[in-house]
Amino acid sequence: MSTMIKHHLTDDLLMAYAAGNLPEAFSLVVASHVSLCDECRARLGEYEAVGGAILEESETAEMTADSLAATMILIGQMHATGDTAASVAPQKPGLFPRPLRDYVGGDLDTVEWRSFGGKVRQAVLPTDKGASARLLHIPAGVAMPDHGHNGTELTLVLQGAFEDEDGHFARGDVEVADADMEHTPVATQGADCICLVATDARLKFTGFLPRIAQPFLGI
Amino acid sequence: MAQHETDKVRTVTQDETPDAGWVKLVEAVGARKDQRAFSQLFDHFAPRVKAFLMKSGADAPLAEEVAQDVMATLWHKAHLFDPERASVATWIFTIARNRRIDALRKSRRPEPEELTWGPEHEPDQAETIALQQESEQLGKALATLPEAQRLLIERAYFGELSHSEIAAETGLPLGTIKSRLRLALERLRQEMK
Ligand SMILES: [Zn+2]
Ligand SMILES: [Zn+2]
Repeated sequence: MSTMIKHHLTDDLLMAYAAGNLPEAFSLVVASHVSLCDECRARLGEYEAVGGAILEESETAEMTADSLAATMILIGQMHATGDTAASVAPQKPGLFPRPLRDYVGGDLDTVEWRSFGGKVRQAVLPTDKGASARLLHIPAGVAMPDHGHNGTELTLVLQGAFEDEDGHFARGDVEVADADMEHTPVATQGADCICLVATDARLKFTGFLPRIAQPFLGI
Repeated sequence: MAQHETDKVRTVTQDETPDAGWVKLVEAVGARKDQRAFSQLFDHFAPRVKAFLMKSGADAPLAEEVAQDVMATLWHKAHLFDPERASVATWIFTIARNRRIDALRKSRRPEPEELTWGPEHEPDQAETIALQQESEQLGKALATLPEAQRLLIERAYFGELSHSEIAAETGLPLGTIKSRLRLALERLRQEMK
């Protein structure tokens, strides 16, 4: 599956994700892509190793006198949650990688689609305010309106494919579009295109740009 | 991995990297809930985690609380630690990073789907040792970077400062920060070769 992926995450994104500095919506795209892509998983491991080296080389802050004892008490109170058998148990392979399934509450058949305008449908996913995430369903052959970007837009293809000025994007491919990019994605013929899109909601230049609203993205 | 490479790695004894020692301690906690092993890990890593959290913007009491929480998480997850995939320091860094996102940013962090080994998987010694050596080299490379470059990388990892906030503080435009950061990382890669 991984060998088919042609469009990967940038170093900036992988490093920011490794450092824990991305808004939740972007992290969702990164985690979903990494779930499908061994190459980016390995690159992410390198950036996390830099974090480990920084921690190891870092100066220290003195712990309080009873800190270890307090931690032992905490250990007793904490249940071994997370990563228990239930959450690690392999799931049936579906269309959505696991992190996305956690946000949707299931696979494709559980998505509650809403109209997005024209023939396109969307489902907004709950994330923190730093950026927004949504699933888009674009019927085969349908074009998205031509648009520019006020921040960063990440698009991960889950089914079908789309084409734009930057190339052909199929399952697992991620497109990173930033402020100087304008494009008109068109879902290719064949299957309907389903993708996960995260956009940076920090619209710094709101006051200067008249067409900021990008109504079709709903931001 | 080619045969000769494997052999080259195998000639190195495990005790040559400090991480090998930490791995044994984490394994002792995972396998037997060994409190003495845990207290050694605690003495070394808890003060580093606390300092990391304070640099990320937590005050001392919050950093103390979260550092205790990170160490308690280590206790409960020790059996899941995989020395083939990460050094102990890297693994603890990822736990601390995730707790920081919970506690300081009050946000969730989606994680990639875990790769699961097949049922017959045995940890590969050569892979583990190669990873430990790389981690050690990485630490040395980081330490030999020019001060300004090292600080830039560190601050990018402390988290509460975004690129743009570093930019505001240093007076450098975002593009310059990003290219310097890239330069610093490139240099780090060169050092590793
Ligand atoms: Zn990739
Ligand atoms: Zn776009």
